[in-house]
Amino acid sequence: MKTESDTYSAVGEVGAVHERRSLWTRTIIDLRKAPYTALFGMIIILAYALVAIFAPILAPYGEAQVFPEPYAPWSSTYIFGTDQIGRDIFSRMIFGARNTVGIAVATTFLAFLIGGILGLAAAINRSWLDQLLSRSVDVLMAIPSLIFALVLLSIFGSTVTNLILIIAVLDSTRVFRLTRAVALNVVVMDYVEAARLRGEGLGWIMRREILPNIMPPLIAEFGLRFCFVFLTIAALSFLGVGIQPPTADWGSMVRDNASLIMFAQYDLKAGLTPLLPAAAIALLTVAINFVVDWFLHKTSGLHDE
Amino acid sequence: MHPVIKTVLGRLAMGIATLFVVSIIIFSSIEYLPGDFAKNILGQAATEETTAAFRRELGLDQPAVLRYGQWVAAVVQGDLGTSFSGRNASGVDRSRQVVDLIAPRLRNTLFLASLAAVVAVPLSLLLGISTALYRNSVYDRSVNMTTLTTISFPEFFVAYILILFLASLYPVFPSLANVDAETPLGERFYRAALPALTLTLVIVAHMMRMTRAAIINLLASPYIQMARLSGASPTEVILKHALPNAWAPIATVIAFNLAYLVVGVVVVEVVFVYPGIGQLMVDAVASRDIPVVQGCALIFAMTYIILNLIADIIGILTNPRLLHPK
Repeated sequence: MKTESDTYSAVGEVGAVHERRSLWTRTIIDLRKAPYTALFGMIIILAYALVAIFAPILAPYGEAQVFPEPYAPWSSTYIFGTDQIGRDIFSRMIFGARNTVGIAVATTFLAFLIGGILGLAAAINRSWLDQLLSRSVDVLMAIPSLIFALVLLSIFGSTVTNLILIIAVLDSTRVFRLTRAVALNVVVMDYVEAARLRGEGLGWIMRREILPNIMPPLIAEFGLRFCFVFLTIAALSFLGVGIQPPTADWGSMVRDNASLIMFAQYDLKAGLTPLLPAAAIALLTVAINFVVDWFLHKTSGLHDE
Repeated sequence: MHPVIKTVLGRLAMGIATLFVVSIIIFSSIEYLPGDFAKNILGQAATEETTAAFRRELGLDQPAVLRYGQWVAAVVQGDLGTSFSGRNASGVDRSRQVVDLIAPRLRNTLFLASLAAVVAVPLSLLLGISTALYRNSVYDRSVNMTTLTTISFPEFFVAYILILFLASLYPVFPSLANVDAETPLGERFYRAALPALTLTLVIVAHMMRMTRAAIINLLASPYIQMARLSGASPTEVILKHALPNAWAPIATVIAFNLAYLVVGVVVVEVVFVYPGIGQLMVDAVASRDIPVVQGCALIFAMTYIILNLIADIIGILTNPRLLHPK
């Protein structure tokens, strides 16, 4: 580091070795400048990740462990009470972080893998492949994805693998559109042409020439897509055709305990129980939106008005 | 031919082509059923003859192209086939026509959706325009903050919060929106109040944000700068100069959100046990009643495609550059 001095000398300034900031220091500097909402979002996301990873250690009881007392009230034994067949709700919330969020993350990754690769290929190829892919995506996007997912689930049945595959394929259409659109701006650059002329293959151009230059919008989209996938899976589970019992999942937990809400007049805590998993879903999506907002603001260089 | 008519016809053709492909996708869902699905539906006691008869009734012994033709012809005439439920191993058929199942529920869903739309569209336009007018004020910031939060909430969370406050703690509205054909209109409004309110909250957030963004986007263009420099007041700039050009994006926003209503309605109907087509579809998916799923999906897809088509056409019709070609 350059030593601070009271007097300013041009020689000192020029002579000082330009030190390249490490990734770590740059991250720290960025974080210091981040608004409170973004910091709040990051802390929440981190907390969810920790809960998901250490679920078996944190949860007081097992995921599907049944106790003789169904609909037990909140107490020190059962922090948020028990559900309709006597499973500890607090433990199931913790395991739910692992299942619901884990499945959503896997789905989003798969969607980006499919949509990203096809989008880049379409942008580079620009001929029959682009036409074929773009038209098929147009058709897939003409049906609302929840309805399409319902049709496909009724055919293939509701298993976790099917759920991940179906939602990933349906969501990859959006990723495809975005990747293709941003990649088209980069494909026309001279350095891509140069790479092509020196005989690089499709894979190299995708990975080394285009991908690094379209990363920021893709990362932001990853956050938003994740929210969307997460909400879709939660909605499907809530409808009873998503993640199936006894796997602990926030969407189906809301549905299972929904009747408790009518007891709120007599016992407010019981009435709040079905809202807890729903609030867990909402909190994560809000947190991600805050972080994505800040990230977009930071990378775009655009400022409101 | 006038270029506007030409573009509109082009869009219409495109919409019909999309509908055609979508109908093929929905039709082919029956192709991918596992081979033993007839046994699952009729029960394990079903004999070879009954399963064979059932397969014949579905036409599975004929080539798919032929069946698609027959299916489309039937759908156009309003025949969506018969439901899988109500059949049993002995070959007795108590199944019902899919159309009879869907028709009364479709009416309920349309009632709910239009109730939400009638409130939501003017409200969100008003909010969108006024926040664009007073942007970066406390009012704008607080509306923005609220809508950003509602967007992030799953529909059922919003629904249950409303139930908690308006049905459980302070019982103003019923939490179950069970209406039937005999329910009088006033009672219908009362029972559908909470589901309609949920849908309104969800789509107002989207629509208002997009309206605001569409107008603010326009405010950056040079002709607005010109209007401002010539001394127009902020209200005049927005209402007289920005709004006419914003109609196309706003129409898209409205159609997009009405289409979104189609999806939102499924979850909301299940929460409030409202007898609509969304609930029917979810039940059919759970019991794998394919003809009912096909019928519902076709209706949802059609609504979605038609709404998007209307938005496209409004966009074309309000575009001054297309209306007055050089």
